Amino acid sequence: MKAINRRQAFALGGGFVMLTLMPMAADAEVTNDAAKWIEKFTGGKTPAKGKISLDLPEIAENGNTVPLSINIESPMTADSYVKDVMILADGNPNAGVATLSFTPLSGKAEASIRIRLATTQNVVAIAKMSDGSLFTEQKTVKVTIGGCGG
Amino acid sequence: MADKPRIKLPKEAAKGEVIQIKTLVSHVMESGQRKDAQGKTVPRKIINKFACEFNGKPVFSCALEPAISANPYIQFDAKVDEAGTFKFSWTDDDGTVITAEEKVALKA
Repeated sequence: MKAINRRQAFALGGGFVMLTLMPMAADAEVTNDAAKWIEKFTGGKTPAKGKISLDLPEIAENGNTVPLSINIESPMTADSYVKDVMILADGNPNAGVATLSFTPLSGKAEASIRIRLATTQNVVAIAKMSDGSLFTEQKTVKVTIGGCGG
Repeated sequence: MADKPRIKLPKEAAKGEVIQIKTLVSHVMESGQRKDAQGKTVPRKIINKFACEFNGKPVFSCALEPAISANPYIQFDAKVDEAGTFKFSWTDDDGTVITAEEKVALKA
């Protein structure tokens, strides 16, 4: 085998550092298929900010049950109402949390559920209106005890 | 599992009033991520769909993923234009459907 010179040795060493650092870097980023869910729901369109108020605790002590309330501004009439709302958690093993479907009979585009969060992460909501427009909102929740596995 | 779902809503409402409905059903919502003592993955078993109808018309529904807590609690609103019956259904991964009904009258 050819002896490696100093330069190559450095390059190799650098490679190892990169390898060991990469999984750590990935932890802070989106770790699941959230982008795929968003793509499927929005059809590639970029949702606008606003209209949604997403209520989640800033710090969740127990990731097994995190209360989530969502309220979307809408007249909820037959002509103009909120159709679907997708909720995603970008640090869970699976991004999907729930997809809520409203109708004009809902009266209000408002719902509460309890969700599981594996770790500190962003919870994202995307709402699709009856006219096809999209709105989004996200919140970061700090999780002390994770709610998946265990 | 055999527990009756708990549903809370007003017995009567004024015409056109928007009422709040709270539902809770007992279910493990096994995520399919957990491992048992032998290290085997516990198979996923969740309620994947909840739906509410009023006099046969859809009011609210949601598709649920494993990220929903055990004993799923769902709260939503409904507009009451006439007296009638709310029908609720929870669909399990294994195909079983838990159903419940609640009647609402119009305020005189």
